[in-house]
Amino acid sequence: MPKIIIPTPLRKFTDNLASFEASATTVGAAIQELTSTYPELKKHVLEEDGALRKFLKVYLGDEDIEGLQNEQTPVAPEATISIIPAIAGGNH
Amino acid sequence: MENITFSKAELERYSRHLIIPEFNIEGQRKLKAARVLVVGSGGLGSPLLLYLAAAGVGTLGIVDFDVVDESNLQRQVLFGREDVGRPKVEAARDRLQSLNPHIQILTYNTPLTSDNALDIIKDFDVVADGTDNFPTRYLVNDACVLLDKPNVYASIFRFEGQASVFNFRNAKGEPGPNYRDLYPTPPPPDLVPSCAEGGVIGVLPGIMGSLQANEVIKVITGVGEPLSGRFFLFDAASFETRILKIRRNPKNPLNGEHPTQTGLIDYQDFCGVGQADESPQGQVKSITVQELQKLRESQADFQLIDVREPYEYEIAHLQGDLMPLGQLDAHLDKISSSKQVVVHCRSGKRSAEAIRHLEQKYGFANLYNLEGGILAWADQIDPSLAKY
Repeated sequence: MPKIIIPTPLRKFTDNLASFEASATTVGAAIQELTSTYPELKKHVLEEDGALRKFLKVYLGDEDIEGLQNEQTPVAPEATISIIPAIAGGNH
Repeated sequence: MENITFSKAELERYSRHLIIPEFNIEGQRKLKAARVLVVGSGGLGSPLLLYLAAAGVGTLGIVDFDVVDESNLQRQVLFGREDVGRPKVEAARDRLQSLNPHIQILTYNTPLTSDNALDIIKDFDVVADGTDNFPTRYLVNDACVLLDKPNVYASIFRFEGQASVFNFRNAKGEPGPNYRDLYPTPPPPDLVPSCAEGGVIGVLPGIMGSLQANEVIKVITGVGEPLSGRFFLFDAASFETRILKIRRNPKNPLNGEHPTQTGLIDYQDFCGVGQADESPQGQVKSITVQELQKLRESQADFQLIDVREPYEYEIAHLQGDLMPLGQLDAHLDKISSSKQVVVHCRSGKRSAEAIRHLEQKYGFANLYNLEGGILAWADQIDPSLAKY
């Protein structure tokens, strides 16, 4: 089953779950599956039209899905999908 | 480079570098000739500055406008108790100069802004970004791209760290990706974790700042393979690391195929900071901490509501009724609609949000925001209260 790694800032919407096992076969469908399971997460990950939000990066393995087939990128059962938000901390 | 020479004391100090075959005195000369600007002398800046000074970087610039606070000492190992209350750049300069008198320290006791960034950065060879907010992250990135300087980047959140080397020219002279290739736009302010959700494990900036120092040294000396075009992620809780690829984005407004941005912009505006509070619907009624104190002394009949989290209440509180912002709706029956209600949080931001929500959704008209929150109370009324 493909695994989605949830970043720390979003774990408050997933009952502190750090990773999620999806059964979908594309990146987009796997993320839809995640946001249907945790509806609170939806507005943080998806635009109203269902597209991925621009300030997040989504990677399949070590590749940005923008360089693959975006949401349509197929995922193998052992694949790891990473959602990477921008974080800014460091001084205070 | 041959004109860079070392005293006997310096040769002895740097001897562990000099005996690394691929580093040797050439690497040390490059360090001595280098000028590195560290933006932010806090969690990341502390290890960065300590290691770069110890390593013998000839000129170190430090930009910070802050003063040392007791709560900094949990992770900002550059400072000691005696520095509390001092400007960070001054405390940092003294500490670093005592660590290594053979280097030059330049200090800028000012926030980095669109007005001064190009001027400050232009005379340095490498920038290391140890700031803590999105507007400054984009400002440092854009200034480095416009001035063609490598930007050694790290950021942290709780147990999670990220690092990369942006805008690094490889041996062929091609620039590597920068922050805008990764994140073209910042998250909207309402999705940026608030102070209630912040916090960081103290060791993490030590780890990430040390990685940054190592990358700065690699960029300067040409030893090794800098973390350019790669994005390093570290989860200190699970001890998982990932290295992801970053590619240049043809739509990058600074140096993509059709650049549209040729100068610095208003980064507060770009990141949407402060807009919500300035809009008419964003304004809420408020009272000062002095007015709240008078209400208390006159034993007026009013309700005080604290919209922070229980773990914040543990640190310091004003005996308010605790109703965390995220659970306000569940506490509606406990909010008075007849008497005056004062709502507070840490700094006044979340309580304003709570009031807007209650006014717009339920029509409350008796709510007042405590200006400056419990921090203002600690500053102006009760100094015995712990600040965080």
